[in-house]
Amino acid sequence: MRFVFKTSYDADIKWFKHGAQLFWYMLLLAALVALPLIFVWTGNPYLLGEFTAVLIFSISCLGLMLLTGQTGLASLGHAAFMAMGCYANILLLQAGLPWLIAFPLSGLLAGFFGTMIAFPVLRLHGVYLALATLAMSIITGDVIDLTERWTGGVGGISVPDIDIFGFVINKYANPYAFYYLCLAVVLICVAAYRNLLRSPTGRSFAAIRDSEVSAQAMGVNLTRTKATSFFLSCTAAGLAGALFGHSATFVTNETFDIVMSITLFLSIVIGGLGFIHGAFLGAIISGLIPVLIANGRTILSTTMGVNINIPGLESALFAAIVIAFVLFEPMGLYGRWLKIRTYFELFPFYRKDMFRRQKSYLKTERVQ
Amino acid sequence: MDFIQLVISGLANGCVYGLIALGFVLIYKATEAVNFAQGDFMMIGAFVCLGFTNSDFLGLNFWLSIVLAMGVMAILGYLFDWGILRHMSGQSQTSIVILTIAVGFILRFLAGSIWSHEPVSLETPFAGEYVRAGGLVLGVDEILIIVVTILLTFGLYLFFSRTKLGVAMQAASQNQLAAYYMGIPVKRIQSLVWALSGVVAAVAGILFASKGAIDPASGLLGIKAFAAAAIGGFGSLPGALVGGLIIGLIEPLSARYAPDGFAGIARIAPYAILIIVLIFRPGGLFSQTQKKKV
Repeated sequence: MRFVFKTSYDADIKWFKHGAQLFWYMLLLAALVALPLIFVWTGNPYLLGEFTAVLIFSISCLGLMLLTGQTGLASLGHAAFMAMGCYANILLLQAGLPWLIAFPLSGLLAGFFGTMIAFPVLRLHGVYLALATLAMSIITGDVIDLTERWTGGVGGISVPDIDIFGFVINKYANPYAFYYLCLAVVLICVAAYRNLLRSPTGRSFAAIRDSEVSAQAMGVNLTRTKATSFFLSCTAAGLAGALFGHSATFVTNETFDIVMSITLFLSIVIGGLGFIHGAFLGAIISGLIPVLIANGRTILSTTMGVNINIPGLESALFAAIVIAFVLFEPMGLYGRWLKIRTYFELFPFYRKDMFRRQKSYLKTERVQ
Repeated sequence: MDFIQLVISGLANGCVYGLIALGFVLIYKATEAVNFAQGDFMMIGAFVCLGFTNSDFLGLNFWLSIVLAMGVMAILGYLFDWGILRHMSGQSQTSIVILTIAVGFILRFLAGSIWSHEPVSLETPFAGEYVRAGGLVLGVDEILIIVVTILLTFGLYLFFSRTKLGVAMQAASQNQLAAYYMGIPVKRIQSLVWALSGVVAAVAGILFASKGAIDPASGLLGIKAFAAAAIGGFGSLPGALVGGLIIGLIEPLSARYAPDGFAGIARIAPYAILIIVLIFRPGGLFSQTQKKKV
């Protein structure tokens, strides 16, 4: 059991609570930086691509986590904002802007347009935002189709290579550089997220999540704070979308479909709502499941001669996992880890109800 | 003539959307839960009926199968609330949204595995029959859809205003605690609302399937029904139907009268209208929201 004695107010907002925490995160960082060495050694960078995909996915998970886990607003259409970021990035690059400007700008554009559309809905109850974003996600493909002149529509559009001061990064030609680029973006996003959490803005997000009425009573401007959260969330989604475009190298109107939006949403639930770790764990799980199922299929068919080819099995399995989590572990994977850790830290004084959340009984907002 | 023809087929479509939205609003009103799987309930209802009546499966009488399908869906709705949702009372709305989305995925998977992943059509006694009136050619299925919807709406209205159970459901939806104090078994009432919504979903599904083919992905139609419900104002039963009719009418009309090269407009129109309604009249057409009290 560790006791952290706080001797100054800064202790509450320090990046790392104690030395051991710093050590473990630095170890994780070192491992992530050293990861490509394994693939250099084996000479087959295929799996590195999977890792990069997980990194990109975790950026959009982080964005959604800020909105859903931190502010308590559900968005079922984050793939739409990824699409905005992706196409903005492509168009800006085609217009001749250097990547270092086009990339952040595409994120900001996604955030700006997302907030413009969602702003009126943000004044309402959370379900409306979920619906409006769901609608946005559904029409994304059709809007891309309609604006074929710029987006390529059904025929698709190929994504230009990244060019940083003459250093060209292409996912296939140079997977290692692309991995490090994504890692850098992830680190910047995590740092921004972490910084936000200890700022007044981040705290007002959490206040809104826990109780809108009390937040308002404390002087938080509800609509403005929700809009800020939505803007930041969409910006992260836009950045992830831009990177996703570079990773896919070719995008069509079907790339960012509704399934992607919902997968995003379900993965942060599995990871654990409200934790940065949760975004990453969720991204890992949703990246892992298809790989595991494919491998399981191959193993079954080679060793036992059984061919399982059930369409839709992946999403059904994913959904079953989500249901199990919602019912039995609402805090997600990271919540489970917290519980296990607390159990050992407090051994033998852990109580079963330590993490029980207070129940809230909804009273209708409708006229009675 | 062309216009009237379009309007009637639009109305028939709109009735199906409206019915799905109705089932969705029923649940929202009674339990404050948003059932994102309502479209999939509709799809399952259609498949259950199809499983009873189609000659490939059991081959029962069509009318008997309808009653059976409604019964099965009622039991399914009741069990879903009793087995899963009742244990989640007091948790945030977001978790119920997540849960129902996931259940939708599983229902789609089950329907595909049990019946078929390909579109199948329901074998109805009135398939392909037409009525000629003046210059109009009306499908019997379309007329039937409109008539059944009117009857069902009227029945639901009577149920909620005249029967003891209906009034209890209204009470439980307005204030759970107060309803408890009045001796209403709120939990069982909520499960019964789910059962009722299952029946409505089954009717919607059967009507939808009798008009064309059904496949597991048609559960996604539920999303249009959400748009309908939100346009109507979410907590309002007549609003849900009106919203459904609006969407049903807009689709064929915008497809027919869209300028050349903008045929895709018809697919966007329902959602565009949803977003426009949410922007300019955020509570929906039949708004029922008010300021929340502490």
